[in-house]
Amino acid sequence: MIVEIGHYALVLALALAVFQCLVPLWGALKHDSALMSIAPSVALVQFAMVALAFGSLTIAHVTSDFSVINVIQNSHSAKPLIYKISGVWGSHEGSMLLWVLILEIFGALLALFGSSMPLLLRSTTLSVQSWISAAFLLFILLTSNPFARAVAPPIEGQDLNPILQDPGLAIHPPLLYLGYVGFSITFSFAAAALINGHINAAWARYVRPWALVAWIFLTLGIAMGSYWAYYTLGWGGFWFWDPVENASLMPWLAGTALLHSVAVMEKREALKVWTIFLAILAFSLSLLGTFLVRSGVLTSVHAFANDPSRGVFILAILVSFIGGSLALFAWRAPLLKVGGIFAPVSREGALVLNNLLLTTSCATVFVGTLYPLALEALTGEKISVGAPFFNLTFGPLFVPIFLAMPIGQMLAWKRGDLLGSAQRLTFAAAVGFAAMLGFAVIQGMPIVAPIAAGVAIYLIIGSFVEVAGRIGRVASLGMMLSRAFGLPRSAYGTAFAHAGLGLTLLGLAATGWGIEKNITLHRGDNLTLGPYEISVGTIKEQPGPNFKETVLPLTIREGGRVIANMEPSRRYFSTRQMQTTEAGITTLGFGQVYVNLAEANADGGYDARMYWKPLVTFIWLGALLMAYGGAISLSDRRLRMGLAVKSKRRSEAAVAAE
Amino acid sequence: MQNLAIKNICHWALAVMLAVCVIVPALAVTPDEILSNPKLEERARALSSELRCMVCQNQSIDDSAAPLAKDLRVLVRERLLKGDSDREILNFLVERYGDFILLKPPMKMDTLVLWVSPFLILLFGGLALFIKGRRNGERYLAVETLTGDEREKIDAILNSKKADR
Repeated sequence: MIVEIGHYALVLALALAVFQCLVPLWGALKHDSALMSIAPSVALVQFAMVALAFGSLTIAHVTSDFSVINVIQNSHSAKPLIYKISGVWGSHEGSMLLWVLILEIFGALLALFGSSMPLLLRSTTLSVQSWISAAFLLFILLTSNPFARAVAPPIEGQDLNPILQDPGLAIHPPLLYLGYVGFSITFSFAAAALINGHINAAWARYVRPWALVAWIFLTLGIAMGSYWAYYTLGWGGFWFWDPVENASLMPWLAGTALLHSVAVMEKREALKVWTIFLAILAFSLSLLGTFLVRSGVLTSVHAFANDPSRGVFILAILVSFIGGSLALFAWRAPLLKVGGIFAPVSREGALVLNNLLLTTSCATVFVGTLYPLALEALTGEKISVGAPFFNLTFGPLFVPIFLAMPIGQMLAWKRGDLLGSAQRLTFAAAVGFAAMLGFAVIQGMPIVAPIAAGVAIYLIIGSFVEVAGRIGRVASLGMMLSRAFGLPRSAYGTAFAHAGLGLTLLGLAATGWGIEKNITLHRGDNLTLGPYEISVGTIKEQPGPNFKETVLPLTIREGGRVIANMEPSRRYFSTRQMQTTEAGITTLGFGQVYVNLAEANADGGYDARMYWKPLVTFIWLGALLMAYGGAISLSDRRLRMGLAVKSKRRSEAAVAAE
Repeated sequence: MQNLAIKNICHWALAVMLAVCVIVPALAVTPDEILSNPKLEERARALSSELRCMVCQNQSIDDSAAPLAKDLRVLVRERLLKGDSDREILNFLVERYGDFILLKPPMKMDTLVLWVSPFLILLFGGLALFIKGRRNGERYLAVETLTGDEREKIDAILNSKKADR
């Protein structure tokens, strides 16, 4: 019964979405405030319906209701509770439902917190958001119904793909989707601005927090996914330039560019057209990502639950939304008035450069990801575009970004002083250079590693030079503190986010100094791995909830003293007859010892791939720092939506004047 | 009907790929493959990371545990021991398997767009911004700096204010 309620709620949500698509938009065009003002309440009810649907699917999974096909295919009564819950979005149908749920969450948030916004903008935005909801609800109901019942319910389910039975599944998709789908709101804002035909600094102020929220979650989602792949796939890689990863990187790059250009627009009313374009682009790339992952047109190491027949539907959604929004853009954007002007060397100029480099790198990923597909379709020839290509093209594009980031922070709005800014970075550059030499002497080859590490250190220090300069080197500590507290939080946000990227770069650089051993382990063996000694214990078998595992205990010593024990293992899932390897990972300082086991050899030894990865955790800690910077920036007074009342009055006056 | 057959084949192929690559996660490079000469082994690893595992989803043979990947790794190492250069080994493999095996596609007519598009986008984008930026900058200077006329007017106003006092 609960399953039918969920199904029915989803149909109701679709009806509401269709209503919301049309009525507030009609109201906006006719300037009928009664029609416009229904948008927020409909958005809330719509959210409630989808939440109900999602809740009922969750109940079906938790109670192992094997009369539902989705539960049969993805669950097992012996599966631990956390995987019963996260298994809801472990399948295609469930993950699409999560996608729509998050879409509705953003709509509902806008309905709840957007009360200070002009009614026209708010209702048009919600209406556009509903176009997206309606399309995806239709997709779920027509092609991927998670509530379908089985004719003859089995006693037991087929279990979830063992690779997905991991805490990563509980965290990664929701975070990633919050990011992906978060850009739907900025897209809706952009479309609304184009439909209504006016856009100003106030618009940018409303959009910026949403862009930040989406960006924060996307950053966390990508980092989490990368770490999950790192410890699950078992060969210690964390980024494979895989189409599915590229699908998430592209919106991130576009979103990062959006974040920077919307800042220019808020401050100076410049780059209007470009900002609108980026808002459309970021969500279009999210849609493209959904299509790539869900349609199965690309082969990927992360492939799970995809079906070519559904691809056509998503492709149709993709084409109509991207095509529609770009057509709207081409039609309306020329009408937007050019805003503030600035000298080439200025904060604005630096942000334009940032946008150029980010969009170029985004385009590189785009071309690299889709080229094999296009070429095969056109000529039938198959080529591969893999990591070596991206390292060669994407890598160099980011070098100027790294170098320019601290300089950009330092430049003044309107007209900046390039030489002065560069001079203030002398210290950061000197330390970075010294670090480069130091690393080259101590750690040595490969040559890229010390160079990247030096750049990373320059970037980390350089990120804080601007804030430090504003606090000043005044005499009393109290004065410095009061100045430090007086600075806008967005200044700190920028500093932390930029330093986070530097930290990630440092982690990437340090991979060059990693140590790898492919070796056969026997009981009682002692070996060295980087700065550590490792001794091999006795193999043991132990049962898990829905698997059996073989564990090889290892002891790590440093200078004879035991510092850690680790238990790499292999698991066997009887329901799906699949094996997984659970890499043994021990974090020591900021580095990690990583051990992955193969099956037993004939002589009872185990082949193992062992790594010492110095500073590897910086890769993900850097991403956390970036997200933290974003969060600080989000808490800035200027961005709190309730405080944008003044600009609201101004923009309402503008509406009235027209 | 034909569609269904194709779909079945697709599913079957997918299942086999998964079976090969995921279900039996063994190790990629196993200890018995490793060459005793560290220089050659290093070259072998570098080469392997540029070669695609043909039956896998999207892995290099260096990362893949599939039997075919192992065969190729062994083949690469045998050739290295025979004294082949990296180029010769890659050419040999491309002859057998086509360009698909190279993770870094060769620069050809077919892949020209792929290779040059990043640079073209950067070039044209940069050029457009440079021209627009210069024009913008000129306008900025024109607006933000006072002409001699304006300065005189302002001085006159300031002076008259002073005189009023």
